[in-house]
Amino acid sequence: MTTSDDDGGSGAARRSIRVDALTRVEGEGALDLEIDGGRLTAARLRIYEPPRFFEALLRGRSHLETPDITARICGICPVAYQMSSVHAIEDAFGVRIGGPLRALRRLLYCGEWIESHALHIVLLHAPDFLGLPDGIAMARDHGDALRDGLALKKAGNEILRVLGGREIHPVSVRPGGFHRLPRRAERAALAETIAAVRDRAWRLARWTATLPVPEFERPYEFVALRHPDEYPFNEGRLISSGGLDLDIADFDAAFEEFQAPHSTALHARLRGRGAYLVGPLARYALNFDRLPGAIQNLARECGLGTVCRNPFRSIVVRAIEIVYACEEALRILAALPDDLESGAAFVPVAPRAAVGTGCTEAPRGFCWHRYEFAEDGSILTARIVPPTSQNQATIEEDLRAVAEPLLDRDDETIRIHCERSIRNHDPCISCSTHFLRLAVRRS
Amino acid sequence: MSTRPRLAVWKFASCDGCQLSLLECEDELLALAQAVEIARFAEATSTVLPGPYDVSLVEGSITTEHDARRILEVRAQSRVLVAIGACATAGGIQALRNFGDVNAFAAAVYPSPQFLATLATATPISAHVPVDLELRGCPVDKEQLLELIAALLAGRRPAVAGYSVCIECKRRANVCIAVQGTPCLGPATHAGCGAICPAFRRGCYGCFGPMETPNMPALTAQWQQAGMTPGAIRQALRMFTAAAPEFAAESERHDD
Repeated sequence: MTTSDDDGGSGAARRSIRVDALTRVEGEGALDLEIDGGRLTAARLRIYEPPRFFEALLRGRSHLETPDITARICGICPVAYQMSSVHAIEDAFGVRIGGPLRALRRLLYCGEWIESHALHIVLLHAPDFLGLPDGIAMARDHGDALRDGLALKKAGNEILRVLGGREIHPVSVRPGGFHRLPRRAERAALAETIAAVRDRAWRLARWTATLPVPEFERPYEFVALRHPDEYPFNEGRLISSGGLDLDIADFDAAFEEFQAPHSTALHARLRGRGAYLVGPLARYALNFDRLPGAIQNLARECGLGTVCRNPFRSIVVRAIEIVYACEEALRILAALPDDLESGAAFVPVAPRAAVGTGCTEAPRGFCWHRYEFAEDGSILTARIVPPTSQNQATIEEDLRAVAEPLLDRDDETIRIHCERSIRNHDPCISCSTHFLRLAVRRS
Repeated sequence: MSTRPRLAVWKFASCDGCQLSLLECEDELLALAQAVEIARFAEATSTVLPGPYDVSLVEGSITTEHDARRILEVRAQSRVLVAIGACATAGGIQALRNFGDVNAFAAAVYPSPQFLATLATATPISAHVPVDLELRGCPVDKEQLLELIAALLAGRRPAVAGYSVCIECKRRANVCIAVQGTPCLGPATHAGCGAICPAFRRGCYGCFGPMETPNMPALTAQWQQAGMTPGAIRQALRMFTAAAPEFAAESERHDD
């Protein structure tokens, strides 16, 4: 971070702070704060991650290649892209997946939630509350929590490896199902692995509840999927705390995307209302009643109500979701038929000229895809709306709310609080289109 | 001052998956953090120490003027520079723009493409600066990554094979899916993944890029016999290492 003074042409002394790196996030971004006469006049999250043009390079590609290609949007949550893709493809071609194949998709998503949330909790987020530079530094005084987190992360990754061959960019997902189904011995070993870390998940949740959390709340409009019976992964309607309730195909009726000059990520807003929040806080608030009673009790024990509007407490909500994902994975594994691998690994998907929409709950919020296909199943146009681009506007409002009471404090204090408030939402910046560069201008 | 080797991790255009592979070493992470001094690894730590660095791991491809300048600075600060992953060694999936018109790509995605600063190409790190070692894969294999770091610590060359996925597939005792009629890039693809795709009953899609001296015409002739159209052959070669010279040249041979 460098601090400099300049006149900025206004005649008044202007102070600017530049932080060359927002750390412990995924991707590249910068933050600009402008302070004028003791007032915060602008707070901008500037994403300068180089554009990779996925929607363009998908044009002309086969539906069979789509989940492999979209996985490469993000190394932390490839499954989210694979799942939204296959659901959009199946929607276009009139296929609905039920039974064990549907259950296995939920299981794969459990793996991604566990590994991604555990990574976020112990390696990216918890150090903020402990005043440490990184998760590795937790080994000395918070070794149990670190080891719990790493063990959970490993177990989540084991789900991805057994079902998909590897942790990052698994290879098994295809339209209609999977390329190969896990064998009985593999499933039994996996169930043992998850059962062995289940207690760690409960312990980690209780530990996150002991972290010192700032008193801070915001009146978010939460948006998440909601399913009639389940805590949402792959399916549901898009609902909001502001009364929204629509089919995923009608996304454009309620939401609009727009481009801001300061970002390579498209922003999104609710038509007529503005910023909204997706991710763990939204899912939890809108789907508390879909959590098993024991996990609801754990949430209460961890100091959460049925709705949590404190973004710093998102670390507790993530931990609760890890508990849920572990329990759900065990439930799914136990319910799979013994002769699973004797069945078909996928159902045939016959392409046709059509449009399809898919929307699933990535660890950081819902990820919406829409494809228009030619008769041969090649993509004519693609649209992908990832969680981080949806949350950009809300993150900017959080930054404003966090920074405003601190304007008379030193630049370093403001920087630390701003960086923390970004990590509350754990932006997956590569998804949305890198290090945070903070520039504070005071005049 | 620490006498441990100083490690830096850098990101260019990528999905972060290759550097994330380091964090996926759950069992080895703490040992790794003791064996090397993590001087710069933005995704993992807020500690940012100035160069020079003994080893730089570089992820991602070069797609902007800014990054083309930044990689020169990274090289200048690094004793050993290792390019990790398909983006850093072959341009990655975003190198598909090299076969098209980047302005058309931008216009297809952004309402106001004039706000973007981007190059017409996505190029590997070696196209810009001398690279000491390359580790393939989309993503890199974490065992290979650990082998690379262990070798660098021991002052030896890493044991990374140059042969094809076929050898790994035989070791894994997979039944050959190409023989069963499924087009597979395994015979031409660099080893390293452990032949995952054939083990999952699908053809290799070449995410580790071309092996040393692949026989591309022989492979595509076999694909043609299996019924693949020139268009399908071209697409199969244009995936995560589309700009690797061997795959790029063969895909152009199958242009309409």
